[in-house]
Formats: sequence, C-alpha cells, structure tokens
Amino acid sequence: MSIVIAVPAAAPTAPAPRLLRCYALEAWHEFLRLLRTPMFALPTLLFPAMFYVLFASLTSGSAGGRIDPAVYMLAGYTVFGVMAPGMFGFGVSVAIDRDSGWLQWRRASPLPPAAYLVAKLAMAIVFAALVYLTMAAAAVIVGGVRMPWSDWAALALVASVGVVPFCAIGLFIGSWCRGQAAPAIVNLIYLPMAFLSGLWLPLMLLPAFLREAAPVWPSYHLVQLAYAATAQPYAGSLLGHVVVLAGVTALFLLLAWRRLARA
Amino acid sequence: MPASLAPVLAYHGATRRYGATTALDRLELTVRPGELFALLGPNGAGKTTALALGLGLADPDEGSVQLFGQSPHALAARREVGVMLQSAGLPDTLKVGELLAQTRAAYARPLAVADCARMAGIEALMSRRYGRLSGGEQRRVQFALAVCGRPRLLFLDEPTVGLDVEARGLMWQAIRALVADGCALILTTHYLEEAEALADRVGVLVHGRLVACGSVAQIRARVAQKRIRCTSVLAAETIAAWPQVGSASRDGRYLEIVTAAAEPVVRQLLAADPGVGELEVHRAGLAEAFVEITRAAA
Repeated sequence: MSIVIAVPAAAPTAPAPRLLRCYALEAWHEFLRLLRTPMFALPTLLFPAMFYVLFASLTSGSAGGRIDPAVYMLAGYTVFGVMAPGMFGFGVSVAIDRDSGWLQWRRASPLPPAAYLVAKLAMAIVFAALVYLTMAAAAVIVGGVRMPWSDWAALALVASVGVVPFCAIGLFIGSWCRGQAAPAIVNLIYLPMAFLSGLWLPLMLLPAFLREAAPVWPSYHLVQLAYAATAQPYAGSLLGHVVVLAGVTALFLLLAWRRLARA
Repeated sequence: MPASLAPVLAYHGATRRYGATTALDRLELTVRPGELFALLGPNGAGKTTALALGLGLADPDEGSVQLFGQSPHALAARREVGVMLQSAGLPDTLKVGELLAQTRAAYARPLAVADCARMAGIEALMSRRYGRLSGGEQRRVQFALAVCGRPRLLFLDEPTVGLDVEARGLMWQAIRALVADGCALILTTHYLEEAEALADRVGVLVHGRLVACGSVAQIRARVAQKRIRCTSVLAAETIAAWPQVGSASRDGRYLEIVTAAAEPVVRQLLAADPGVGELEVHRAGLAEAFVEITRAAA
C-alpha cells in the first residue's frame, strides 16, 4: 500500500508582519536621514526667519489701514518657509532615491510602498511645524508681534496642513528629474513662485500683470489662508482657496503616481 | 523531489522587449522549492531582465511570470522573497543596524539580528553608516537584508561581484546553508566556478534566449571536447596532424591535446612514444561548455 501525501499547490502564505511597526520605523529613519543631512535641515529651518528679521526691520512702522506689517510678513514668510520641506523634502530626496536604485529595491522587497510616502509626509509636517516655531519666535522677539492664542493656533494649522500640496508638487518633480538636477529645478520653481505670490513683497508693490496672475500659484492660495488666520486682509473666499489647494494636491499626486508606477 | 511540488517561480513564454531589442525571448523556466538555479550568460544576455520580471519590477510583454503561484506584484508573494540587486543604492546616511531593523520589520518571521549579521559577516559594521562602507562591505549588507526575512526564494543578481576571496567563501557557505534549510535560490553570475560549486541546475542565456538548461553535468556533457595532458618527446606539430586531433600545443614540458575522441588518440600517443608520462585526460569544464554553447548560439 502506498501513502500519497498531497502537497498544497500554493504554499500557505506567511502571516502579515506588524505594519504599524514598519511605518513607525520608516518615519523615524526618515527623520534620522534628515538630521544627518544638515545641509538640508539648517537652511530650511533658518532661512525664513532670517529673511523675516531682515525685512521686518526694514519695513518698520505702520502701513496704515488694517494691515499690521509685522504680522502680514509673519504670514508670508511662514508660508515661504513651509513650502520648502514639501518641495525639497520630496523633490530632491525622491529624485535621489530613484537614481540610487533605492526605490527599485523597495519595490522588490516586502516593505509597504505607502510607508515610504507616509514617512516623508510625516517629516515634512514635522519640519513645517518647526519652521512655524522659529518664525513665531522671530516674530515675537524681533517683530514685536502680539496676537491672540487663537490666531497663533490657526497659523500653526495652516502651516502644518499647508505643507501637503507642496509635498505633492515636490513628489511630482522628484518623479521626473534626476537627483543631481533636482535642487536646481526645485529652486527654479520655488523662489519665483514665492515672489510672484507676494510672500516676499506685498502684491500691491508688484506690476499689475503679475498681481493679476498671482492666483495661478498654489502658494498664493495658502498665504490667503495664513492672512485670514492672523486677522489680516485677504482676497477671495477661504473655501475657494482650500478647494484649489486640495485640487493641486490631487492633481500632482496623480501625475506623480502615474510616473512612478512606470519608472 | 516529488513532481507535484509547486514551483516557487515559473516563467511561461515570458518575453520582454526594450524598444527594438528583445531582452528576453519566450523564457520557459521553473524553479522548485529548495533548488539552486544559476543563470549564466554574457553581458546583456537578459539575466537581469529575467530577475526583474520575477520580482515584478518589469512586466512581460507576452507570456506570464508567477511567483509562488501569484503575480510578482502581490505583497504576499514578496514576503516570501529576499533580494539582492546589482543596482541597489541603500540610503547612505542610515546605519547598517537601522537598515536591517527596517527590512526585518517587513517580514513576519525574521531571523534574529545576530544570526543575520553572522551569516553575512557584518557584525562589526552594524553601527557604521552605509555610505561610508567599502563596495564589498555594502554587498555583504545587501546580502544580510536579502536573507533577514527567512525567504523561501532568494534572488541574487551577481552576488559576489566585488567581494574578496574570503568574503566570497563566507557567502557561498551561507548560500549552501540556506539551500540546506529548503530555501530556493536563483542567481546570476559571471563566475562559472560559482555556478559549478553551488548550482543544482544551470541555464545559459544568450541574446535573451535560454539556449541550454540542465544540471552542471548535463551542460558539461554537451561539450564533446576532451583535453589530454602529458609529458612526451613528440613535437606538437606532429600530433596536430594526426586524425581526430583538434589542436596540439606545448606548455613547457607538457603537451596539450584537444580532441573529441580521447581513446584512439591516447592509444596512438602511447604507441608513438613509449616514454609518455603524467598522462591526464579531462572532460571540458563548465567554462569550456559555456564558451562553446554561447558561440554556437551567437
């Protein structure tokens, strides 16, 4: 008599690993990577506050009307600062990870694909919050800004959630360009966009055609929310700005996703 | 090995083109549990493309590829797999221990950290940043990441390139231990001695086509040539003129004769020079077989 042992056609798959641990480790390591790249971390944290201090001391005095220049510039430079961790954090590091083969290795490994994006997003939000804190310190100490707690809290919210659309833009840039070219390309987009949406100089000081074109830029919509948060005059409807920013996020995420799926 | 054992990796008519070139042409291949399969071939023969299809990094234009009976894109399939790629750039600023922790976390039943480190010989590297390691050290770290999840199938793309002799020996030892534990392995290599020393089966890829596939002995048997080596007073030119002799040459005090029919040539040799000494007859090695197969296929 012979005994036939049936071998299952497909071997039983291993139980799933603890996903939460994967995500947490990945976010922590992303933080360590940034910490160990001071060339990225320091300028991101210090430039906006430095610019603010320079310009705020130049434009002392009251502009009249409802605008408080120190608060108005706090909103503008906070948005300027918040764009950087999104655009550089995603744009440059995704391009580098793509060049080096790290993304390809990840795709062949069981690391959860979403953990990569979630970790980078978490770090961008942490950095945006740190930018907000340095800006707040500069505004209080140098700009003499005094605001109700609710305004500080509203600006904190705008800063930390407002980084998301710029993460999507950064991801899109990173999914297209090479690692070495990425910092230059991000700067080419970042700096003009900041200037043209009135983050450095108030829009009313720009020529009319630039002023009218300002709503093209996502940062224009974020800074309107920042003005609203700090009780400064703003243009357009708040809901409209939120919808535009959400749309920008969805569009660039979609474009980046299609590109990365093929790469 | 029971025939019913389901393959861990199966290619059915898998074809992949890049523009006008066909990188992989109707590949038919199955790798079974616990089997060590070596894919050989000259540069650009399609070895890396074959691995990329198996890992889901690229999709076949025609045919299909199955990993553990599933699509190579399935996360569940990838949890059974370890991988070492030629082009893997791990984050330079992370330490080796951090990379290992992150990769282990993605597997359900990873090896202990100390076991991975010992297997790959990276105990002393754990607190070093990956970017500050030498090329050979980085390869060992990649190997540790490949094995840390107790995979049932390992993809190794040129695993020992850039390793010194000692590190290569350590990796061979680790590979044998894994296979003894039932892990299947598909490796590409330039080093024929590596395939000869490790592989159960060997496939030869040329221009994207699998031109030979079988055990090392079977591949070797496809080459009829044998090599006779001896000391003799006879001139090489004289022997080269004999029937059935492919070529004859002198290497110091030794004569080297290549022939498809060793026995009659040896008989004639002994008759012509009773003083023949240190007589050796070798069947061609994998290296000769490989050269002949690729030449015939080109």
